[in-house]
Amino acid sequence: MTTTTTTEQFADVSATTLLRFATAGSVDDGKSTLVGRLLHDSKSILTDQLEAVEQASLKRGQEAPDLALLTDGLRAEREQGITIDVAYRYFATTRRRFILADTPGHVQYTRNMVTGASTAELAVVLVDARNGVVEQTRRHAAVAALLRVPHVVLAVNKMDLVDYAEPVFASIAEEFTAYAASLGVPEITAIPISALAGDNVVEPSAHMDWYGGPTVLEHLETVPVSHDLTACHARFPVQYVIRPQSAEHPDYRGYAGQIAAGVFRVGEPVSVLPSGRTTTITGIDALGESVDIAWAPQSVTLRLADDIDISRGDLIAPAEDSPAVTRDVEATVCHVADQPLSVGQRVLLKHTTRTVKAIVKDIPSRLTLDDLSQHPAPGQLVANDIGRVVVRTAEPLALDAYADSRRTGSFLLIDPADGTTLSAGMAGASFAAVAEAVAPAADDDAAWDF
Amino acid sequence: MSTVATVPEGTVNPYALSHLDSLESEAVHIFREVAGEFERPVILFSGGKDSIVMLHLALKAFAPAPVPFTLLHVDTGHNFPEVLEYRDRTVKNHGLRLHVASVQEYIDAGKLRERPDGTRNPLQTVPLTEAIQQHRFDAVFGGGRRDEEKARAKERVFSLRDEFSQWDPRRQRPELWQLYNGRHAPGEHVRVFPISNWTELDVWQYIEREGIELPEIYFAHEREVFDRNGMWLTAGHWGGPKEHESTETRLVRYRTVGDMSCTGAVDSDATTLDAVITEIAASRLTERGATRADDKMSEAAMEDRKREGYF
Repeated sequence: MTTTTTTEQFADVSATTLLRFATAGSVDDGKSTLVGRLLHDSKSILTDQLEAVEQASLKRGQEAPDLALLTDGLRAEREQGITIDVAYRYFATTRRRFILADTPGHVQYTRNMVTGASTAELAVVLVDARNGVVEQTRRHAAVAALLRVPHVVLAVNKMDLVDYAEPVFASIAEEFTAYAASLGVPEITAIPISALAGDNVVEPSAHMDWYGGPTVLEHLETVPVSHDLTACHARFPVQYVIRPQSAEHPDYRGYAGQIAAGVFRVGEPVSVLPSGRTTTITGIDALGESVDIAWAPQSVTLRLADDIDISRGDLIAPAEDSPAVTRDVEATVCHVADQPLSVGQRVLLKHTTRTVKAIVKDIPSRLTLDDLSQHPAPGQLVANDIGRVVVRTAEPLALDAYADSRRTGSFLLIDPADGTTLSAGMAGASFAAVAEAVAPAADDDAAWDF
Repeated sequence: MSTVATVPEGTVNPYALSHLDSLESEAVHIFREVAGEFERPVILFSGGKDSIVMLHLALKAFAPAPVPFTLLHVDTGHNFPEVLEYRDRTVKNHGLRLHVASVQEYIDAGKLRERPDGTRNPLQTVPLTEAIQQHRFDAVFGGGRRDEEKARAKERVFSLRDEFSQWDPRRQRPELWQLYNGRHAPGEHVRVFPISNWTELDVWQYIEREGIELPEIYFAHEREVFDRNGMWLTAGHWGGPKEHESTETRLVRYRTVGDMSCTGAVDSDATTLDAVITEIAASRLTERGATRADDKMSEAAMEDRKREGYF
């Protein structure tokens, strides 16, 4: 196993992949200790940063360096000893680069975890071995399931405080796996650890020879970073039209964007939405290089056979596999703003590269994450609420279900008055494994089943 | 050179991108979002490696069309001549337009006062924010990276600034998926950081992969320097050395490029990109810890400057 990084190995590596992951854990689960150990053992905490922490700790009258000062970057966070907001941290091993969304575990957990999980391919959910699966754990599992994070790691921490006993781990792992699987989390890996003592975080534990699986780092290094994209519906939101109109390129017209999902090939027939016109890809320019094939999440420029009217906000998709176009959006949203979201409210909806006017027609239900029960017709959603909404847009959208594409199934609701991001939206059903009845009208709240 | 469309060897999934390709793709997406949504964007360009990488990414993002942005340099008056020469040559080669906001002009006009310690980095904030107001820039690209500093780790990719350019960490918008919200009121603007997710090593590996030319002060060379507070500063007309400080000639290079009064050189014999990358991978000091005096002023120096409008 590769756990430490030597200079020579580190500098040699050129083809490593990138994994984005998020941590979730409440204040006392040992999240900072786990993050600190991953950063420290991967050489990501350097001498001057440690010295700064030591000095700052001394000034506060603390004898040992307080590692939380490494991650609490804001004056207010250090003064109050709390973490205010998501921070992104970077570390690397010889095998892979990591971007960690470090999400604070205080009361505003939902919007913070949703923010961190939105770009994560893996979530680490921490549990205290002494307490087992608690309400907060179920909340974290539910958010990971809702955001369709492809991989979930259950890190059963503080194993040193339960005598490294296998039955303790086994029963927590079993309970969590059953719960997460019932929500449709596709892959769950449970690892018994002690972040403080260093068991199974970076180095295999000497105390748990009954455990034969990977350490946390080993798992992070080897988990697949993307699914088989050939199986995904190909989607290309047009960001920008490139037209040099220069002597050298008098007729060049390219549609620039980042492939949201799937694969595009030269020669492929495509549809342009929402107009529905069809044409063929004649060329793909991958940042200055002409290629025959490109896939998500590459930023490329497509050239098409016909000069049809295409602009920012349009979506290019294979002719035989285009999403339906709709003005009625049914979705689950996490409300992230301090001002509420109410029925009847006029908002802007940002979907891929398209922003349209919209109105909140209905808020059929609000979800209680603790037990996944639903509260019918709440009237409005406030900060950190998760609920079902029905939104009517002024213009048609080529919207996928979030279950099919995190990128073309997600959207923001924005306050048109001051630009505030109000809600994070996921189109379609909420949880993969829970049967969901879609109500044709909002008069029957019970039909909205989480 | 570029390996955009090739599959990295040794990976299980043939469609997995290398980490540099992922970061490049994300940065290009951010540049194109700004081009699609803003009226008057500008790239802060100092001739330092991060802004050089940003310009390179912008050139790739819009090729074969020209970069649809102008450039802005806040010139402290204490810049390295090699860097200014590089800046002007680059602007000319790519047919770009450069705005310069001059700290020296502000001092000469009595609008800014020289600090007793001679450091001009904090003085950049006023010329920067006034240039943004004067030219009505609505999106300002900066080369800031979250790995640089703990306050920067809290920064969004799209960072809303008020009419005074101030950063309010509590008023930041949650940033979800790749859906960047750039809406702002008239007078406000958005600072945009396309290479937020890059580390110092990523920047150097990308420079090597893409064969990007840099100012020569990034590579080891003999230079007349003197020791101030444990850093090697370049002797020069900006005000060093003082009477009790003595100069010596050393083999050094720079890890960052900034104002001469607060940017230190490091002892190094790295004359090639390979050697620089090996040296950085082995370093036990962060980039800013090793070479930036202005960050050592207080525990929250960067946060305080950002709040005032620094990028």
